[in-house]
Amino acid sequence: MFDTLAGRFTDILAGIRGRGRVDEKDIAEASRQIRLALLEADVNFKVVKDIVADVKNLALGESVLKSLTPGQQVVKVLRDELARVMGESAVQLKIGKKPDVILLTGLQGSGKTTAAAKLALLLRREGKKVLLVAADTYRPAAQDQLVSLGAELNVDVWRGKTGQTAIDIAAAAVHGESGTQPDVVIVDTAGRLHIDNDLMAEIVALKSAVKPGHILFVADAMIGQDAVNQASAFDDALDFEGVILTKLDGDARGGAALSIKRVTGKPIMFVSTGEKPQDFEVFHPDRMAARILGMGDVISLIERAETAVDESEARALAEKLERDAFTLDDFLSQLEQISKMGGLNDMISMLPKHMLPKELRGAEVEESGLGRTKAIIQSMTSQERQTPRLIDGSRRARIARGSGTTVTEVNGLLKQFDAMRKMVKSAQGKSKKRGWPAGFPG
Amino acid sequence: MSAIPANGWLSRVKSAMSKTRDSLAAPVNRVFGRGVFDDETWDELEEILIGADMGLTAATEIIDRIRRDALRHPPGDSGELKEMLQAAIAAEMIPAPILGKHDASLTVIFLVGVNGTGKTTTAGKLARRFADAGGTVVIAAADTFRAAAIEQVAVWADRTGAYLVKHKRGGDSAAVAYDAAAAAKARGADYLIIDTAGRLQTKAPLMEELKKVKGVLTRELPEAHLLSWLVMDATTGQNGLAQATAFAEKIGLDGLILTKLDGTAKGGIVVAVARATGLPVVMLGTGETEADLIDFDSNNFAAALLD
Ligand SMILES: Nc1nc2c(ncn2[C@@H]2O[C@H](COP(=O)(O)OP(=O)(O)O)[C@@H](O)[C@H]2O)c(=O)[nH]1
Ligand SMILES: Nc1nc2c(ncn2[C@@H]2O[C@H](COP(=O)(O)OP(=O)(O)O)[C@@H](O)[C@H]2O)c(=O)[nH]1
Ligand SMILES: [Mg+2]
Ligand SMILES: [Mg+2]
Repeated sequence: MFDTLAGRFTDILAGIRGRGRVDEKDIAEASRQIRLALLEADVNFKVVKDIVADVKNLALGESVLKSLTPGQQVVKVLRDELARVMGESAVQLKIGKKPDVILLTGLQGSGKTTAAAKLALLLRREGKKVLLVAADTYRPAAQDQLVSLGAELNVDVWRGKTGQTAIDIAAAAVHGESGTQPDVVIVDTAGRLHIDNDLMAEIVALKSAVKPGHILFVADAMIGQDAVNQASAFDDALDFEGVILTKLDGDARGGAALSIKRVTGKPIMFVSTGEKPQDFEVFHPDRMAARILGMGDVISLIERAETAVDESEARALAEKLERDAFTLDDFLSQLEQISKMGGLNDMISMLPKHMLPKELRGAEVEESGLGRTKAIIQSMTSQERQTPRLIDGSRRARIARGSGTTVTEVNGLLKQFDAMRKMVKSAQGKSKKRGWPAGFPG
Repeated sequence: MSAIPANGWLSRVKSAMSKTRDSLAAPVNRVFGRGVFDDETWDELEEILIGADMGLTAATEIIDRIRRDALRHPPGDSGELKEMLQAAIAAEMIPAPILGKHDASLTVIFLVGVNGTGKTTTAGKLARRFADAGGTVVIAAADTFRAAAIEQVAVWADRTGAYLVKHKRGGDSAAVAYDAAAAAKARGADYLIIDTAGRLQTKAPLMEELKKVKGVLTRELPEAHLLSWLVMDATTGQNGLAQATAFAEKIGLDGLILTKLDGTAKGGIVVAVARATGLPVVMLGTGETEADLIDFDSNNFAAALLD
C-alpha cells in the first residue's frame, strides 16, 4: 500500500515539480488519492472529508513541492496530520483510590471479556491486586469464560449468584462482598447495541451503582463506517474515558481508531493484538497513523533520512548524477549516510515486508561489508577515487593491503560501482522522460 | 432481549418496504427529496453507499452506471431514481437457494469466520430452524480453543434439542469433526453443524487447521451435502473483502451469513464481497435469540441499505 500510495503521490507531484506550479487538477488528483487511501482504511467518510481538506493545505505548501521526494513528503504530512488527530502521545490509565473500578463496555463480540483478562494481567504485573467481575449474565457461558480466564491467570473472579442481575453482581463485588480486598475491580459486561434502549439504560444504571473510576469502550479494529455511530452513542450515554481497540493482530487498517477519536475526542488507550492474555499493549498514535496508511515504519525511516541527509548535499548529488560525475568519493559519503541512518539491517527492518525484494525478506545483510567497502575506498588516492579507470593490477594489490582486504574484494567493489553508475544512468533516462530529477539518494 | 430497536435492520426493511417515498428521515430520501439531480446529488448518493461500507470502487461504479442510465431514461421523480439505485444494488448480489438442490440425506453446515462474528450463536439459530422443520441435528463443538466456547455451544444445543459432540478444551478440532461425523451417521441425522473457533484470515497455521477439519468432513461424509459458510459481522469494514477472499481461497466457501444487522451498520461490505468473489449471502442474523435468523432477500437488503 505504501508503495502504491507514495508512488501515486510521486507521480502526481512529479508533474507539478516539472512545471513549477500547481494547478487545480493536481490538487484534485492528490486529494482524490488521499481520500481513496483513507476510505480503504475504513476512516469514516465525514472524517475523511475534514482530513483531506486539512492535508490539502499543508501538503501542497512550498516546502513539499521543493523537496526532492515530494511523494514521500506528502505521505509524511498526511501521517503527521493523522497522528495529530489521533493524539500526540500515549495516554496512561491512572489507577486511583482503592478499590478503583474499571468498567468495560461495547458491542457484542468486540473483545470485552478477553480484554478484561488482559487488563487484569497488565495491572497485576504492575503489582496491583485485581478482582474480575463477570457481569455478563446474558450471553451463554460468558461468566464461565471469564472464570476460566481468571483461573488461567490466577486472578480472582466474582460471578455472584445465579439469577442475580448484572448490577447486583457488580455492586456486591465493588462493595467488598468478595472479601478479597482488591486494588482494582474490573467489571466485564454483556455486549449491547448502542440503539438498544433497554440495555443502554442498564449500563447507565450500572455506572451509577458502581461509580467506576474508568469506563473503557472496547471496539473491534475491523469495524467500518459504523464506528462513529457506536462510539458517539456510547460516549453520550456513559462519557467513557478511552478506548481499547481489539483484533489488531490481523491486517485491518483500523481507520475506525481515527473515526472514534475524531467524533468523541476520547483517546485510544490500549490495543489488543491476539487471543492470548499477553497480547495487549499501550496504544501509540503515530504507529496507528502509519498503519492506517499501510506503511509500516516507513515514516521513521524518512525522518531518519531527513536528519542524516542534508537537503543541499542531496541536491548536489542529484546534479552530479545528472552530469555523470558521480565518483567513488560520493559513493563513500553515501555509505556514511547509511551508517548514520542506523545501518542497512535497521533500515530494512523498518520497511513493510511487501516492499522488499524477495531476497531481503527476513535476511540479515552483512553489515561488516559496509565497513570493508569504506576501508577499500579510504585506501585509494583521491586521484583514484575520481577516476577509477586508473586502478590497475598493482594499484589493486596496494589498496587491498592498505585496507586489510583482498584483491578479489577490491575487484568486487569496482565492479559494483560500475554497475551502479550504469543503473543510475538508465534510471535517469526513464525519469527524464517523466520530467523529474533522480529520487532519494542511497 | 428487548424489543426490536427502532432504527435496527428489521424496522428499516419495514419502513423501506412501506413506501417511504416522501419521508425525509433517511439521508437517501433527503437527497432524493431535493428533486434536483446535479453533481452534488450523485456525490451524496455515493457517500451513502460508502457510508454503508460498500467501499469506494463498488460505490463509484454503481453510481456511475445509474447516472448513465438516468441520462438515457430520465427518472420521472426521485422515487423512481431511488428504485433504480435499489435495483442496481440488488443486482450486484448473487441469487442462491439457501441449501441448494440435493438428494443427500445429511446436510453439513461448516461455520467459519474471524473472531466474535457470531458463529456459535448462528449455529444455535440454525439448529432451531432445522429442528423446527422436523430435522435431527448434531452440533460439533469444534472450537476447542476459546475459554468456555464448549460451554457456550452446549447451552445452544440444550436450548434447541440438538445432540452435541464435544471434546475437552485444547483438543484437536479435526478429531471433534471426525467424531461428530460418526455420530451424525450413527444417529441418522439430517443436519450436522460444525461450530469452529474464530480466526483471523492472516493466521496461516489456523487457516491450515481449518482446512484439515474440512478435509475430515469431506473424507468421512462423502455422500453428504456440505456447505461452508463464512459468518461475517455487519459492522465489518473493508477488511471483510480480505476475509472472504482468504477463507474462500483456503477452504472454499459456498456462502455468507451476515450477522448483527439489528444495529445501525448496513453490511454493505457484502456487495463488494459479492462482486469480488461471486459468493451469495444466504442468511442474516438480526439479534441474539434463536429466532433472529432470516433468509436473505436482495431487494429487502438493498432497500434497507438505502434507508
Ligand atoms: N485475534 C484476536 N482475537 C481476539 C482479540 N480480542 C478478542 N479476541 C477474540 O474475539 C472473540 C470475542 O472476544 P470476547 O472477549 O469473547 O468478546 P466480548 O463478546 O466482547 O466479550 C473471541 O474469540 C476472542 O478470543 C484480539 O485482540 N485478537
Ligand atoms: N445483536 C446481535 N448480536 C449477535 C448476533 N449474532 C451474534 N451476536 C452476539 O455476538 C457475540 C459473539 O457471538 P458468538 O456466536 O459467540 O461469536 P463467535 O465468536 O463467532 O462464535 C455474542 O454476544 C452474541 O450474542 C446478531 O445477529 N445480533
Ligand atoms: Mg464477553
Ligand atoms: Mg464461537
